[in-house]
Amino acid sequence: MATIYYTEDHEWLSVEGGVATVGITDYAQEQLGDLVFVELPEAGRALSKGDATVVVESVKAASDVYAPADGEVREVNEALAADPSLVNSAPQGAGWLWKQTIADESQLAGLMDEAAYKAHIG
Amino acid sequence: MAATTDEPLSELPLKALHEAANARFGGFAGWNMPITYPLGVLKEHLHTREKAGLFDISHMKLILVTGPEAAKALARACPLDPAALEESQSKYTFLLDDEAGILDDLIVTRLGETRFMVVANAGNAAQDIARLADVAAGFDATIEPLDRVFLALQGPAAEAALARAGLDLGHLTFMHGTEPRKNWFASRSGYTGEDGFEVALPLGEAESFARALLADENVEWIGLAARDSLRLEAGLCLHGQDITPETTPVEAGLMWAVSKPVREAGGFIGAEALKAALAAGASRKRVGLKPEGRQPVRGGAALFDAEGNPAGSVTSGGFGPSFGAPVAMGYVAAPLAQAGTQLFADVRGNRVPVAVHPLPFTPHRYRKG
Repeated sequence: MATIYYTEDHEWLSVEGGVATVGITDYAQEQLGDLVFVELPEAGRALSKGDATVVVESVKAASDVYAPADGEVREVNEALAADPSLVNSAPQGAGWLWKQTIADESQLAGLMDEAAYKAHIG
Repeated sequence: MAATTDEPLSELPLKALHEAANARFGGFAGWNMPITYPLGVLKEHLHTREKAGLFDISHMKLILVTGPEAAKALARACPLDPAALEESQSKYTFLLDDEAGILDDLIVTRLGETRFMVVANAGNAAQDIARLADVAAGFDATIEPLDRVFLALQGPAAEAALARAGLDLGHLTFMHGTEPRKNWFASRSGYTGEDGFEVALPLGEAESFARALLADENVEWIGLAARDSLRLEAGLCLHGQDITPETTPVEAGLMWAVSKPVREAGGFIGAEALKAALAAGASRKRVGLKPEGRQPVRGGAALFDAEGNPAGSVTSGGFGPSFGAPVAMGYVAAPLAQAGTQLFADVRGNRVPVAVHPLPFTPHRYRKG
């Protein structure tokens, strides 16, 4: 059973068996508007918490998505190369960005659950 | 497009209408502007090219110039021969500094023998008014900045939608303007590359007019984000980005706006510097740039040639929804300005291949009559 966490930077991560699937929240995609390009990392890249890992580009601007925890990129969502709008239409589903290992489970303790995140965005 | 000042933002007179349409607001040139509506920037952009997009451009400033020497005052202020304009004719022009740097770009319309309308950019309005007043002080001419709601209706369905809202402007051709009602001003022009109109009207009449336009199924509110992608595809300059006081009309490729007689006669502020710049030729030129692939290249990106030598920089860049690919413009060294020249843009440390591309990216569809 996966556990879903949220960050203050409007990312979600779904953690199961020491691996997190990471994406941006519906709130974030709505703020960004229509995405036209997603720059994804290489599988195997070592991440430190807070690293700019993915760049999502809307018509107007580029925004960083940060690593929510230390770990290593396992897989990226290749479907976004052909259809970046998946992040808009299904931000917490088919529009996921990358999967990474969680090197230090204690870093998850500071993250929010869904109720806390909903309170955070008001 | 971020607000660059701590001053409180000015609010549009029709703000409540935009709020009711669930606009997302942001700061631009000192104004709190609708950036997007729920349709979203891609669909707003495409809707404008296919039907008709309604833009609230009340941040832009209308300045009435009147008096027996109104034409002479404008001829001093701008590289323009206002006396050569036919009544109703509009012309794109500039305010230049003494070095021929572009302080602002303007559209001047002749409304009568001694009556001209100037439309200026929001961010430069206060400075433009001061300069025009300063110039007019030497002539028998009066400068009157107007408080109006200013709406643009752009796209192939614009003429019919205006007519249905009671404003028949079918007699106007591109770059012509008129005063259809008392204290109204309307011109067939715009900032999208499409056929379209800009209509200025008194605050008290604006809400009902906007509602009448929006009652048309072809008309949608369009925000500033799509206004930017539309004008970029159309190859039109944004002052402050693509043209600035650091660029001359020669470098910007905008000398088509300065007629030969005006260049030769001089007499306008910046005339000598402009003549010298033209004689010397531009060392850099404004060009369209087409990034290879899907990754947008944004304003500020540095450009390099194939050998890695600095080649220029991008001034505007984003995604062109109608073009279906990233689009950009910028300045490159003159020998590299030929269409097809292969360059590279620095995007977060990566070299993205970009090709010099003819402007506009999408063909203009003006109604030239």
